[in-house]
Amino acid sequence: MGPFMSPFNNLLCMLLGISFTVWFTLLLVFIIVPAIFGLSFGIRSLYMKMLLKVFKWATVRMERGAKEKNHLLYKPYSLNGIIAKEPTSLEEELKEIRRNGSSQDLDGSASLTTGPSPSSSEFEMSDTFYFCRRGIESIVDDEVTKRFTAEELDSWNLLTRSNYNFNHISTRLTVLWGLGVVIRYGFLLPLRLTLAITGVSLLVVFTTMIGFLPNGRVKNFLSEKVHLMCYRICVRALTAIITYHHSENKPKNGGICVANHTSPIDIIILASDGCYAMVGQIHGGLMGLIQKSMVKACPHIWFERSEVKDRHLVAKRLSDHVKDKSKLPILIFPEGTCINNTSVMMFKKGSFEIGSTVYPVAIKYDPRFGDAFWNSSKFGMVNYLLRMMSSWAIVCSVWYLPPMSRQEGEDAVQFANRVKAAIARQGGLVDLLCVNTNVEANEK
Amino acid sequence: MGSTNSTLLKIPNVEVLMQETGFSPAHIIRLHDRFKALDKEGRGHLCPHDFGAIKELAMNPIGDRIIGAFFSPGKETVDFHTFVKILAHFRPVDKDRPKEPNSPEPINSRSNKLKFAFQLYDQDKDGKISRDELLQVLRAMLGMQVTDEQLESIADRTIQEADLDRDDTISFEEFRKACKHKRFTMFRFCIRPGERKLMLTLCHWSSELQDQHEL
Repeated sequence: MGPFMSPFNNLLCMLLGISFTVWFTLLLVFIIVPAIFGLSFGIRSLYMKMLLKVFKWATVRMERGAKEKNHLLYKPYSLNGIIAKEPTSLEEELKEIRRNGSSQDLDGSASLTTGPSPSSSEFEMSDTFYFCRRGIESIVDDEVTKRFTAEELDSWNLLTRSNYNFNHISTRLTVLWGLGVVIRYGFLLPLRLTLAITGVSLLVVFTTMIGFLPNGRVKNFLSEKVHLMCYRICVRALTAIITYHHSENKPKNGGICVANHTSPIDIIILASDGCYAMVGQIHGGLMGLIQKSMVKACPHIWFERSEVKDRHLVAKRLSDHVKDKSKLPILIFPEGTCINNTSVMMFKKGSFEIGSTVYPVAIKYDPRFGDAFWNSSKFGMVNYLLRMMSSWAIVCSVWYLPPMSRQEGEDAVQFANRVKAAIARQGGLVDLLCVNTNVEANEK
Repeated sequence: MGSTNSTLLKIPNVEVLMQETGFSPAHIIRLHDRFKALDKEGRGHLCPHDFGAIKELAMNPIGDRIIGAFFSPGKETVDFHTFVKILAHFRPVDKDRPKEPNSPEPINSRSNKLKFAFQLYDQDKDGKISRDELLQVLRAMLGMQVTDEQLESIADRTIQEADLDRDDTISFEEFRKACKHKRFTMFRFCIRPGERKLMLTLCHWSSELQDQHEL
């Protein structure tokens, strides 16, 4: 056995060695170097187009298959059973009914798909069923609760976690899905993990090194470059394909950047295109280490847990930072909780009281490739990151909106609402002006 | 998945509930989340004014009757079990249910659905819809657009058509017969694909002649 094993062993070692070297070289050339310089080969856009074609094909096959076998394509009631309004609101429907109330229209088969029979002379006992139904619908679900579950899709993106609605899946599709699993977990996930670890460790190491330099222009310049580089690597670690719009409105020093919040990834997405001062609570463990090293290179605002409760202290530190024009713009997410990217909940007013220019930013994710929404009551952070890294890609758009300032006679709440409306309008998100009680209940 | 199981465990007698109502664990969890969201003060039960806070329900002409259906006579609160049992009326009929002679009728049988609809009219719960009760519903639904005389004539016509034993009220049997020949969809939660919405049919209720034996 001995002599047979050793040449084989050697061969194995050689092969492993070569494959590792090739792997890392490819990684370096195609991903890390472009990240450093902010360039792109366009691989990710190509990947995205290919994926879209595959998803379309998959959905068409499912529809065809369902028709052939006469199955229900959509599950009768799905896991997350999101209920949305009818095409017409109850108010409009009521007006319609009452307008037709005195006409002589008849329709023997009452209440088929829409309202009850329009004619007063043909009132049916079953006409109340329509209103009963709308009533029960509104008891089971309404606008606010809907915002907190993941957005549901009408085409399947081959991720089981997004398959809420589809019943009929043929063998061919299952094979494709299996292939998808192998690719995602076997190839993409390790790749992304490697990149993520590289990105984070580079960030910690370089920022600590820069911390030793004396304060000055060189330090700021280097810190900017290092931050950007590491965030870009992290962006590639998630295979995030981001489109930035209106970059001429990018936040400037001494301002506050305000954005809607869907997931913790928002920070990485924004910070890979510009330098910001982060605001947050100091955590322990790995996060704490990253925070401490980041603050050595450039001034971020980290609060101790006890300080967070003191609103005046928080406001003072923020306004001190903002007054110093040499410091970077602050990045704040006023909503304070993760919304599922279809609406913008009421902004908390604290950040708007500080009185400097506000640069609103709208972030909208494309849910076809992977749902970035973090339901913090259902999943922990690690679970969430793993899900992100095993999705196909994260595709999103970022719009930089023109800066806004508080006008004369406008209080903080009105200003906050104005900013929120602008963000919602830009991102095509629904503007929900409602009391924050449900949000409180769901707060992490 | 861990969090799913732990939510189920927190609900007492959840197995019995699932058996009686036929809801799946996922639905129970969803309804539980909704129950908690409605119960803003966290008391563990709902009062009429918790329902009243739902905007769409307040606009609904028979909204207060629907709310009343959740509260049995004399009771001021609704616990989670009752909440789920009432909503179970609107589940689709289980077409393949085996006909066991001794098992109680499922909550979502056609008969029970009709009974629910019947009680929306019959507010004094005497088992009959009087002319007055019918008028009240008509007034709520048709409102100011229609004159009182027109309302009265509609009520008369409806009773005339439905009232078979000529006692000037509509009993449950007569109600059932009046609704028999109509095909109607009781609940459809509609979401259209183009606008990122889903179709969720909670109950499709068609009373064709061949299904009469169910009733």
